Amino acid sequence: MTAEPLLRVEGVRKHFALTKGILFSRTLGHIKAVDDISFEIRAGETLGLVGESGCGKTTTSRMILNLEEPTEGRILLEGTPIHGLQGAALAAYRAKVQAVFQDPWSSLNPRMTVGRSIAEALIVNRSGDRAQIEARVHELLQQVGLRPDQAQHYPHEFSGGQRQRVALAAALASHPRLIVLDEPVSALDVSIRAQMMNLLKDIQTQHDVAYLLVAHDLATVRHMADHVVVMYLGKVVEQAPTVALFEDVRHPYTRALFSAVLVAWPGRQQEESVLAGEVPSPLAPPSGCRFHTRCPHAMPRCSREEPMLRDVTPGHAVACHLFDGG
Amino acid sequence: MTPAPSGETILEVRDLHTHFFLRRGVVRAVDGVSFSLRRGEVLGLVGESGCGKSLTALSLMRLLPKGSARTIKGEVLLDGDNILDRTPDEMRAIRGRRISMVLQDPQTSLNPVFTIGEQLREAIVRGYRRARSEVMKLAAAALRRVEIAAPEQRLGQYPHQMSGGMKQRVVGAIAISGAPGVLIADEPTTALDVTIQLQYLKLLKRLQADTGMAILFITHDFGVVGRMCDRVAVMYAGRIVECGPVQQIFEAPQHPYTRALIASVPKMTGPIGRLTTIEGQPPSLMDLPKGCRFASRCPQVEARCLDAYPVTVRVGDQHTVDCWKVAGS
Repeated sequence: MTAEPLLRVEGVRKHFALTKGILFSRTLGHIKAVDDISFEIRAGETLGLVGESGCGKTTTSRMILNLEEPTEGRILLEGTPIHGLQGAALAAYRAKVQAVFQDPWSSLNPRMTVGRSIAEALIVNRSGDRAQIEARVHELLQQVGLRPDQAQHYPHEFSGGQRQRVALAAALASHPRLIVLDEPVSALDVSIRAQMMNLLKDIQTQHDVAYLLVAHDLATVRHMADHVVVMYLGKVVEQAPTVALFEDVRHPYTRALFSAVLVAWPGRQQEESVLAGEVPSPLAPPSGCRFHTRCPHAMPRCSREEPMLRDVTPGHAVACHLFDGG
Repeated sequence: MTPAPSGETILEVRDLHTHFFLRRGVVRAVDGVSFSLRRGEVLGLVGESGCGKSLTALSLMRLLPKGSARTIKGEVLLDGDNILDRTPDEMRAIRGRRISMVLQDPQTSLNPVFTIGEQLREAIVRGYRRARSEVMKLAAAALRRVEIAAPEQRLGQYPHQMSGGMKQRVVGAIAISGAPGVLIADEPTTALDVTIQLQYLKLLKRLQADTGMAILFITHDFGVVGRMCDRVAVMYAGRIVECGPVQQIFEAPQHPYTRALIASVPKMTGPIGRLTTIEGQPPSLMDLPKGCRFASRCPQVEARCLDAYPVTVRVGDQHTVDCWKVAGS
């Protein structure tokens, strides 16, 4: 274990103002998309970020990609705060942190050959002359399991799985230390999904790149991630090494997420916790523990006091009054 | 699990062929599909994108995209009556009352400029004259059946004022308002969050138990199949390659494609290793091989697999497979 993690997220909040009117606009309230979260990603490891829509996982990944400024808190890459970077330092950051998004149909320019799309990062960073760039593009295509001659093809000539490979090749072009994978396999078919997951793991071993895997499918996370962070309404409710989490799920929300996973084997469904109702609006999150309105174990203090995230076993932290011991 | 219902057949599809006729050639998207559905049964139809599962559903509803797609062969017997012979007007009376459908995206199933009440009214009235107060009472009752809280208030709301899960419930309420014997559900939970998905599946199960309708459940997710279905049919390149009781298919899949597909799904338990993959791509539907369509990707391919499409073999009670290897010599 190294002393300094690759990326550190420290007490980050992101509030979006909800306004009405254009000229004399008034602020109606704040959407607390992300509310005081902290975690770290170590070099060469995968962190899975799990939660339902509106939990803040996309906002978190956008802040890590430096596309969004946190309202409070800071994010550090190799010990350097990433927000406020400018010029060459910002360009260097963008080279180190790359992304692959969910939809392989919209992430590539349909009017560019995929070779050109992959070369884009190399051209922007002026890494070498034409021949060098071309050689690198061919090398990248081979690394993701495509043929070098496919560099001449346009995105529409590829299947969804192949496009996702192209997107990965483009992300790898600048030798990143971290790749944000936002639902990288959920748009793909089952058999293609397995190919892509195997490829991502191979690339990780070969290039020592870290992944932030934003996903909703727990089985995918289990196969890919070393650590898991579970979010609910802008808060981290549970975080743990993947193995520990899958052996011992603690937070009632995480437990509900786990039992909502449809086990493909009939008759093997264990205890079931079906959540009533839906995720409350982040504009007016519930008081105390944000999950208390849907929690099967809610106690009177849950609506008054916000539970702190604390370790139940070393490295396994839960934000729930059930585990306060008091 | 629930025992397989023993009711009589309500829907029987025989040798259905629906092709797209394009200038470039003929796309054989549904190419010889046969299955049957009994009263009160849930049959899962699984397969990857482009295998023809959604087009099969649209063929049953007679709602094919205008122009290029045509059902050129086969029978769709709904209560013994071939609905492929019905006129468009007759079909309008059949849809909603005898066979109905729920689509993946509730956003596109509902009209954004009408209130929920108006859209339900359209489904409930269907040409009959009824007093407005009575219709609204029926509409509220329909929402209550799909477990929407405060239905009277919801009737005046527009789709954008509701969450995705709620909208999908409204779509469900509209689909079952005519008490159809068969409901086709085409990936109804794919757009929903996991906890909401579970709520919706449980609701569908309850509604099915109450009404006794049969459900054709189209999905690509084996978890949904395990939770919802009595039997499952696996489709590949326009045909059903294996069909049988869910437990049997999961525990002892016979077709190499089914086996590979089940093995490639990441699991929640057991060892974490490399996932099994299926190499290659499905064949082009414009240029299908004359033999088995999975032959080019099959690890157990033999000479005869390339020569002729396999015969359908019965391997167990209600369990059939299209595979030469299983057929033996």
